[in-house]
Amino acid sequence: MIDSLQQAFIEETRELLGELEITLLAVEDAPTDSELIAKLFRALHTIKGSSAMFGFDDIALFTHDIETAYDLIRNGKLGVTKQIIDLTLLARDEISNMLVKTGNHTQINEENTKKIIESFREIVSGFNKTGKKQTGDVAEQQGSVKKSNEKLHYFHIRFVPGRDLFLTGTNPLMLIEELREMGNLVLSAHFDKTPDFANLNPEECYCYWNVFLKTTKSLDDLQDVFIFVADSSELTFENISNEIPKDFEIDFAKLQNLISQNAQNYTNDFRAVLKQYFTVEKQEKITEVNTTLKQTQTSNVHSEADSVSSIRVSSEKLDELVNLVGELVTIQATLSQVALSNNNNDMISIAEEVERITWSLRDSALNIRMLPIGSTFSKFKRLVRDLSNELGKEVELSTDGAATELDKTVIEKLNDPLIHIIRNSIDHGVESPEERMKAGKPSIGKVHLSASQSGGNVLIKIIDDGAGLNKEAIREKAIKSGIIAENAELTDSELYTLIFAPGFSTAKKVTSVSGRGVGMDVVRRAIEGLRGSVQVSSELGKGTVITLKLPLTLAIIDGLLVKIGSDHYVLPLSSIEECIELTQDDVKKAHGRHVVNVRGGIIPYINLRERFKITENKPKIEQIVIAAINNHHVGFVVDQVFGQHQTVLKSLGKYYEKVEGISGATILGDGTVALILDINKLTENEELEETKLASNSIK
Amino acid sequence: MPKTIMTVDDSASVRQMVAYTLKEAGYSVVEACDGVDALSKIDGDNFSLIITDLNMPKMDGITLIKELRVKPKIKFTPILMLTTESQNEKKMEGKTAGATGWIVKPFKPEQLVAVVKKVIG
Amino acid sequence: MSNSMVNETKQYLTFKLSDEIFGVDVAQVREILDYVKITKVPQTPDFMCGVINLRGSVVTVVDMNLKFGMKRTERTVNTCIVVVEVKIGDETAVLGALVDSVQEVFEIEPQNIEPAPRIGTKLNTEFIKGMGKRDENFIIILDIDKVFSTEELELVTESSNYKPEQ
Repeated sequence: MIDSLQQAFIEETRELLGELEITLLAVEDAPTDSELIAKLFRALHTIKGSSAMFGFDDIALFTHDIETAYDLIRNGKLGVTKQIIDLTLLARDEISNMLVKTGNHTQINEENTKKIIESFREIVSGFNKTGKKQTGDVAEQQGSVKKSNEKLHYFHIRFVPGRDLFLTGTNPLMLIEELREMGNLVLSAHFDKTPDFANLNPEECYCYWNVFLKTTKSLDDLQDVFIFVADSSELTFENISNEIPKDFEIDFAKLQNLISQNAQNYTNDFRAVLKQYFTVEKQEKITEVNTTLKQTQTSNVHSEADSVSSIRVSSEKLDELVNLVGELVTIQATLSQVALSNNNNDMISIAEEVERITWSLRDSALNIRMLPIGSTFSKFKRLVRDLSNELGKEVELSTDGAATELDKTVIEKLNDPLIHIIRNSIDHGVESPEERMKAGKPSIGKVHLSASQSGGNVLIKIIDDGAGLNKEAIREKAIKSGIIAENAELTDSELYTLIFAPGFSTAKKVTSVSGRGVGMDVVRRAIEGLRGSVQVSSELGKGTVITLKLPLTLAIIDGLLVKIGSDHYVLPLSSIEECIELTQDDVKKAHGRHVVNVRGGIIPYINLRERFKITENKPKIEQIVIAAINNHHVGFVVDQVFGQHQTVLKSLGKYYEKVEGISGATILGDGTVALILDINKLTENEELEETKLASNSIK
Repeated sequence: MPKTIMTVDDSASVRQMVAYTLKEAGYSVVEACDGVDALSKIDGDNFSLIITDLNMPKMDGITLIKELRVKPKIKFTPILMLTTESQNEKKMEGKTAGATGWIVKPFKPEQLVAVVKKVIG
Repeated sequence: MSNSMVNETKQYLTFKLSDEIFGVDVAQVREILDYVKITKVPQTPDFMCGVINLRGSVVTVVDMNLKFGMKRTERTVNTCIVVVEVKIGDETAVLGALVDSVQEVFEIEPQNIEPAPRIGTKLNTEFIKGMGKRDENFIIILDIDKVFSTEELELVTESSNYKPEQ
């Protein structure tokens, strides 16, 4: 249809040009005939106007100066001369040529058109041009792209239409609607200027409005709305953004109600009502928040832009505080012990009170060090983007649980391991877009980070929908590297965990990013260094899930206190499931293997006396502490089990960094030092040893 | 029921363009080729809006607007003028005569629809 | 071999291991403790006795007799733990030396200190700053930064082959 419109224009213009020629020749004979001149002007005017609309911009441009000349002529400022007529005829010819479009280029004889324009300009140059650019025109504005910066503004607009508003066919409600579409608004309509009935003229407009508008549009945009009525109305625009309380969520429905109720009571005090609303709302909000705070003590959602006051504290001061609290916890344990043994009821109840307060203090102190993991997560968006580009994959990162809190040190130490795991997922997990499409997957791969609290731990999951782990490849590689025996039977999760063994990598290509087999074992050590654990589950072709389990805090450990020989040890309570007796009989029944039958299930155990080479004071009946490690159960044989013991974790120091199986020390109530066992590591080492032994004996 | 618009212009191509654009936008359109034609057709329907060129033979736009405003039926009907940038005074003249607003030529179809919407929704 | 690195007159705390007298620069000695229960850390060499609680801190204790290749320190009423500070890289570490007994603090002038002999002591000469003369006795002045360096102490005993219990 558009093409046919253009065709219509071309035909019409040809007609006009034909008429133009005839009229020109007629004017030559009657140079003062105003009707003829008017006709000339109209023709040129139409050609100029229409040609631009139908895509003949060059004609419009060309005709502009000619039209100007004729405008002067019809106003009597210029007289018709032979030169003008000649020029116009030439121009007419040129326009006719321009109508023929070959492709996108019109046949323009540049030299001619230039000469003609120059001549007309000369003729006109004696007179002031009135063709000022109208910048306030609606059509132009609608065409130009008005930058609306995304910043929010709050305006107060007062619109008092002229009395004759209706007589220009203007509907003021349409203007209000236009404003409404620009954001959120509330308004009040005022009728106080309405005369009494006797004097009322129903054709006049007495009504006026106050509008409060929340918008991202600019003042210019607002003024555009009123462009047709600006001259005949009273209009004020005020940007009142700084009268709005910061971070304030305005309930527009509520505000409108408030205003509508009060509308008739005030005329110019619209702003006062707004102010009143904000003050009251703020008060209510504060009360509401305080109530919520009292109710929910555990879930704290920090927002970066919190205007609730906060202060910066140096890490050292915080560590000092936590240390002191730790020592308080220790000595309070002693106090409780002594109170109990003295059997003094007053002392006992005081000790209990002290214990309660100490634990609260401990929780508070540790809480100070807790930060939401969200900031770590958001850093990774950039990483994923860069890695995707580098590796030629298309990956989207999604997260949840950003508000989950972790000890500051844990978060810092998690950073590198997480980066490595994500790198691995993108490099080896997520397939290239082509491969993905072949496999019927969407070309964009997904990596999802999630954090959640579970008991005394935080679970962080890295989930990808990539190729998954190849059990066979892992098995092969492990056998080749001597990590497992050829006939070793491993559960799936045990197989997957092998990817964390040092030097292990089934990656066929070593990229700059991963594949050297250095990364994953470093990752695991880092996580275990945080007293956490790593677990992997995967489905070939579907994807992989890596789960990191981390304690909420590094400083204090919830442990099970046991004794072997003359020393005390602490096992991390979170992994422990139960304790049972191990008699000599049970040992005999196992015929040399370190396993025990628990309710029908076979559970392997580690004899810590043997491991630690403790020979003194072996009791007849020992105890097995059964823990859940990496989806299976392992027992640890000790002499005695005392019970739950919560205490401050101390590092052993530089000299013991290489010792495996001990994650630290703690000071007991009686002042002696108990060692904290890393049961994950102990289990792992035991397994490795057994495997080596088995493969050796086969050879 | 779609709103009906009258477009008055002596240029057939402009009329057709306006008509086509507004019909696509969901309005119903009646064309008139000049002021006299317009006045003869104005009673034939309930018009929500009149769009008129200013520079026409027989009766120019401003006069048409005045004539229209005299009619009780059209007293409060929105009227838009088609002006060119060199006709600034015409805008004022038009407003005084009772026009609601203006559209500057040349305009793109989207611009036309935007102004029409602004005035009659 | 360590030349006598002693240029100034210093004070030395002396202690006995078996019959020999050793000295340590007083500036590096923090305090002296009576023998307290030491918690052994598994899989560490014999000379690493273990750790003790020193006012809330966990401190490593080294059996000096064993470290220097002599018989294990016998626990008597005289047995002490000398708490010292050593420099490891940029950091300072605190640890305790288990000794048979503690003697006195002496002042020894540089001219009375001779360089360590190449043979004759069972010790790694790296550990010796010099031989101090006092009356008729020789005091082996130790460079404890070297004695207690991480290379010396970080050793881990290899776990023996796993033998199932019969």
